[in-house]
Amino acid sequence: MSTNTPVLKIQDIHKSFGNLEVVRGVSFEVQKGETKVFIGPSGTGKSTLLKCINQLTAPDRGNVFLNGIEIVHSHGKINLYRQKMGMVFQNFFLFDHLTAVRNVEISLLKVKRMTRKEAREKAMEELNRVGMVDKADSYPAELSGGQSQRLSIARALAMDPEVMLFDEPTSSLDPELTGEVLDVMRRLARGGMTMVVVTHEMGFARWAANEIFFMDEGKILESGPPAEMFTRARFDRTRRFIKKMTELYAEEQDDR
Amino acid sequence: MIDSLQFIHNNLLPALWEGWGKTLRLIFMSVPFGLIVGILVATGRVYGNSPLAFLCRTYVLFFKGTPLLLLLFMIYFGLPPLGISLTPFSTSVLGFILCMGAYSSEYIRGAIQSVKAGQMTAAQALGMTRWQGVFFIVLPQAFRRALPGVGNEIIYLIKYTSLAHIIAYIEVTGAGKIVAARFFRFTETFIVVGIIYLIMVSVANKLLKTLEKRLSFPGM
Ligand SMILES: Nc1ncnc2c1ncn2[C@@H]1O[C@H](COP(=O)(O)OP(=O)(O)OP(=O)(O)O)[C@@H](O)[C@H]1O
Ligand SMILES: [Mg+2]
Repeated sequence: MSTNTPVLKIQDIHKSFGNLEVVRGVSFEVQKGETKVFIGPSGTGKSTLLKCINQLTAPDRGNVFLNGIEIVHSHGKINLYRQKMGMVFQNFFLFDHLTAVRNVEISLLKVKRMTRKEAREKAMEELNRVGMVDKADSYPAELSGGQSQRLSIARALAMDPEVMLFDEPTSSLDPELTGEVLDVMRRLARGGMTMVVVTHEMGFARWAANEIFFMDEGKILESGPPAEMFTRARFDRTRRFIKKMTELYAEEQDDR
Repeated sequence: MIDSLQFIHNNLLPALWEGWGKTLRLIFMSVPFGLIVGILVATGRVYGNSPLAFLCRTYVLFFKGTPLLLLLFMIYFGLPPLGISLTPFSTSVLGFILCMGAYSSEYIRGAIQSVKAGQMTAAQALGMTRWQGVFFIVLPQAFRRALPGVGNEIIYLIKYTSLAHIIAYIEVTGAGKIVAARFFRFTETFIVVGIIYLIMVSVANKLLKTLEKRLSFPGM
């Protein structure tokens, strides 16, 4: 792999539900170690776009290249590519019937076919990374929102993905719990993880993003590095949105 | 009174003993396979392609709509002309499995549909195939939720095994009937046979409750 093959290259993705065209031609690239942040009003297709990347939703048009390999038309092999793209959902989607450690373990056992011992060790390592070792034997219903989201990050990380996709990971959390999840994400970014993040957390966006995309009505209206987007965005819509979100999610950034 | 106890001890129990063993054989052969059929049919209905789903639906409709005794007659008397002859035991087990499979699949299907869609989404996002998601994530949750209903079907089946004696597999009810007729002791006989069923049902009930407790998880 040459150094400038992007980990992800998204090319002209389109997606409609019935008559509603939700994603209308989105393209971007993510190089290794970069964090790209998507912001934008509700219903503009951010979640749909993320799902079109790992093919949980099949795009109508366009291509996705993972390390240079086209994956939209890979049919039978898509589950191999999905292992390389960890995904974190707004509502966690933890496996309700499994304890925390088994949530992390199950894909190691069934997908990576590790032995029980290897899987347990790896799972505990990942729990440790997100500060959840003491909750290893708790069920999802027994965890707080912040703990649940950290667990779901650990579960995705356990597969050793090459890129992590985050879909509003803190949006269903009480304000006092978002910090612990953002901390984990900041540590990931600092550790060189390649990430695509949909979020309303302007503090995080400003700190972590190499590039911010403002999405509106299924398209990237404008994009740029945080310094540019936060101070001199071209479109009024972008400026207004960023201003509103910054007021709503005033998140301190003490640990740059 | 003494007389009754003597009859029970000397004549009835020895005769019922063998029949009880046969009843248990019927139960232990039918329940596990009935459950497997139920799980497969329910899965086929929810996740199968349309021909498979149709096949599963038709199966359930047919076996729910046919009285169990009639089903046993159809297998026992209806199949030999087609070149398939089964023993009374095989006939009974086959009938019970098909019946139990149809009824339990209804509970399991409902439970599968109650599992939130996000569970499958998360499984696939981790690289599981659809069928891995079904078998490792959805079904374990669905089975736990279906267990109370499926448990009732198991209890019914325990009692329905008494139908086997009608096609000459002399299980405990059949054995009781023969002894009762020979000694003209209907009251004692059927009280004792009734107690035997009560014992089996109570034990099954207890085991099912234990299993439910063991398999339950917080927030289910
Ligand atoms: N499976 C689906 N079927 C039909 N319509 C859908 C489906 N998924 C999403 N939509 C519609 O597509 C539009 C975009 O949804 P999407 O969830 O991608 O937006 P979003 O930018 O993530 O919004 P939010 O910030 O609220 O999460 C919405 O109008 C939504 O109702
Ligand atoms: Mg969304």
